[in-house]
Amino acid sequence: MLKFALAGNPNSGKTTLFNNLTGSTAHVGNWPGVTVDKREGTYKKCPEPISIVDLPGIYSLSPYTPEEVITRNFILNEKPDCVINIVDATNLERNLYLTTQIMEIDVPMVIALNMIDEVKKAGAEIDGKKLEEKIGVSVVEISALKGIGIAELMDRAYEECKKGRKGSTVLKDCPLGHLINDVRIALEGSGKVDNPLFHAIKLVEIDALEAEAHSDLIKMVEEFKESFCDDVFGDDFEAVIADARYKYISKNFSSVLTKPAGENRLLTKSDRIDRVMTHKVLGIPIFLAILFLVFHLTFSEDLFYLGALGVISEGFVFLEGTFFEGLFGAGGINSPGVILLTFLDTCMGALAEAVAAALEGNAAGWAVGLVSDGILGGLFSILSFIPQILMLFLFFSILEDSGYMARIAFILDRILRKFGLSGRAFMPMIMGFGCSVPAIINTRALADENERTATIRVIPFFCCGAKMPILTAISGAIVMQFGIGNVDVITYSMYVVGIAVAMASVLLMRNTTMKGEVPPFIMELPAYRAPQFKSLMIHLWDKAKHFIKKAFTVILASTIVIWLISHFDWNWSYLPDDRMNESILAGIGQLLQPLFTPLGFGWQLGEWGWIFTVAAITGLVAKENVVATMGTLAACITGGFVADEALGGIDAVMNMIQATNITVPALIAFIAFNLTTVPCFAAVATARAELPAKRKFNYTLLFWLATSYIVGTMIYLIGSWWWTAFIFAGIAAATIAAIAANNRKCNCLCKNRRM
Amino acid sequence: MVMLKNLSEFEIGERGTVKSVGGEGKVRRRLFDMGVTPGAEIILRKKAPLGDPLEVTIRGYELTLRKSEAALVTLEVK
Repeated sequence: MLKFALAGNPNSGKTTLFNNLTGSTAHVGNWPGVTVDKREGTYKKCPEPISIVDLPGIYSLSPYTPEEVITRNFILNEKPDCVINIVDATNLERNLYLTTQIMEIDVPMVIALNMIDEVKKAGAEIDGKKLEEKIGVSVVEISALKGIGIAELMDRAYEECKKGRKGSTVLKDCPLGHLINDVRIALEGSGKVDNPLFHAIKLVEIDALEAEAHSDLIKMVEEFKESFCDDVFGDDFEAVIADARYKYISKNFSSVLTKPAGENRLLTKSDRIDRVMTHKVLGIPIFLAILFLVFHLTFSEDLFYLGALGVISEGFVFLEGTFFEGLFGAGGINSPGVILLTFLDTCMGALAEAVAAALEGNAAGWAVGLVSDGILGGLFSILSFIPQILMLFLFFSILEDSGYMARIAFILDRILRKFGLSGRAFMPMIMGFGCSVPAIINTRALADENERTATIRVIPFFCCGAKMPILTAISGAIVMQFGIGNVDVITYSMYVVGIAVAMASVLLMRNTTMKGEVPPFIMELPAYRAPQFKSLMIHLWDKAKHFIKKAFTVILASTIVIWLISHFDWNWSYLPDDRMNESILAGIGQLLQPLFTPLGFGWQLGEWGWIFTVAAITGLVAKENVVATMGTLAACITGGFVADEALGGIDAVMNMIQATNITVPALIAFIAFNLTTVPCFAAVATARAELPAKRKFNYTLLFWLATSYIVGTMIYLIGSWWWTAFIFAGIAAATIAAIAANNRKCNCLCKNRRM
Repeated sequence: MVMLKNLSEFEIGERGTVKSVGGEGKVRRRLFDMGVTPGAEIILRKKAPLGDPLEVTIRGYELTLRKSEAALVTLEVK
């Protein structure tokens, strides 16, 4: 099958074109660097089917970011049959900079001049024919969004791929043109090198990867360098070449673009929005308000606090006694997220009951248990959270597609810099509130290796959708059992604890194991655009598929295993619910239970304390399991206990509190432990794949275990005996002093060495 | 009269033409790749609410960079 690659700047409409060509479900965003991996789809309207590969958006083929290396290696090594270089016509100069680099590779190529409709709307004119003449590569005017010119583009690309193409360069007339030519001839003479022109230019730039591969030729460049001196750049060849590309572009292509007289209308509209959103005084409050609104609309059970304010006091009386009782909330209005959650939960609860009733009397006791508790219970526990997770993703997609997410990075860079990160690290972190997996993948947009490692390590501390039920169930139980506090306050404080632990760990890492410069922050701020409904839906469907797949694979398998080892003893004989404390799982839990003594849920809990240990262990598979496990195991404390679905596990936790006499600090420590410990299977696997250095993975696991153990211990001890706070403060102060002293010593040594 | 000034010292709304770009390695190359090369015209649009980073218009698009990075760019003020 023929293979065409899409390459272009971030935010140039590449992914929209990809969706248009393949009808696929790739995600589109208005954030520079959304496509963090290459994706494939098939285009079927040419004489033969064509595989389309969407490459990450890049500005240049320099070797400094992972995305640039992915794209460069793909075009050089996988040798696509044609490269479709998508160029944002509203931003011609910077987009053509990449074009001048791609055209140096021996690969058939077509330029797709995108957003041509927006250019015309703004009153400007771009002459595609003239551009084609000047640059010597086919140009097709398209609008990926409106689907204009797509068929023509593919026809041209199909024609080109049959013809083949030799690399050409715009650098012939620059001061280094002769040197490039000499190196190219030498490379061709050796006969071993594909793409001699591309490699020759990289050698002249003294690209580290190339210099290693051709140590003989680099001498030729070095010799030339000694005799060369440019009055602006000295002997920095990388700079001379970058400058020559831009000079060529502005000299030749200002004639292609006819700008209208006066201001660009489109830009002004975006400017007006931006004036408010990044306002000097209002910018930060607006950001906080938007963030609050996103979480409020997703998670709140009292929308806009109408219930608490007394605007609505009776709830939805007309639904009482019907199937939908409580759907819209009681004593207030539920947020859209909670309405969907309740709806799905009610439906699935009814389904589970129907299945159980059908099996009852027709199958063996263990089979009924396995199907209704093990399989359906486990599946429903994750499926019912999908609406809220999708809701959160919907809001994030809107922020991203509109271009506001890039402004958040702009606003927050100053704060994140204090922690040794850049504003860009904010995006993956905030995504962590939805799910760690896409958040960890998104760190590819971070060019700095240390920044990326540190961000991946702390992402799980941002309480994800699956950890949320742990917070709500346990804090709900604390309020109902002990009559202290408020569910919202406890839940929100645990979110804050997670963020605080994340920030403290980043600070610690950047001052000890990951010292180094604060990563640079040089980023494009895309123009504001109205999010496209179609692209939002594609994104959501993508996420929904991901979660449903997860529910039917990892989680289904793990709930079956957990159900089996909790309902069979070491002799493999079946145990009913009320004898689960004799099971294999109980044995494992009892063995590990003493480990958690400093955290308040170890030996001091006695006979039933192992349930907390087991719940934490099952959480390593998927965090949804923590509360689900408690629900299942609560049955063996009080025979015949049936968890009430509507209470979301609160009753199960209360049952556990009564059986173990666990204290409030220990319960909070339990939440904090689960929040900061090793995340679920899927997140661990993603972190392993994404960490820049493989050896860092083991340290990362150790880091998660140590952090959760220390945080849990601190919370339990300080909560139980307030004066221990002084001890921890002392330890913290001593650590900070030691690190500061050590760093100062290092600095002195370095300075001495330099002298 | 020609006046040279670092981008980090610009006032909002001030415009100039890039004369030279300092720094080294990654940061310098990134600035070049984003179009900050001699001859390019830059307007300082605004500063972030906390005073840093900066937002500039260059080659027809909006770019954000920190003051420390802007200090590497020397411009001829118009």
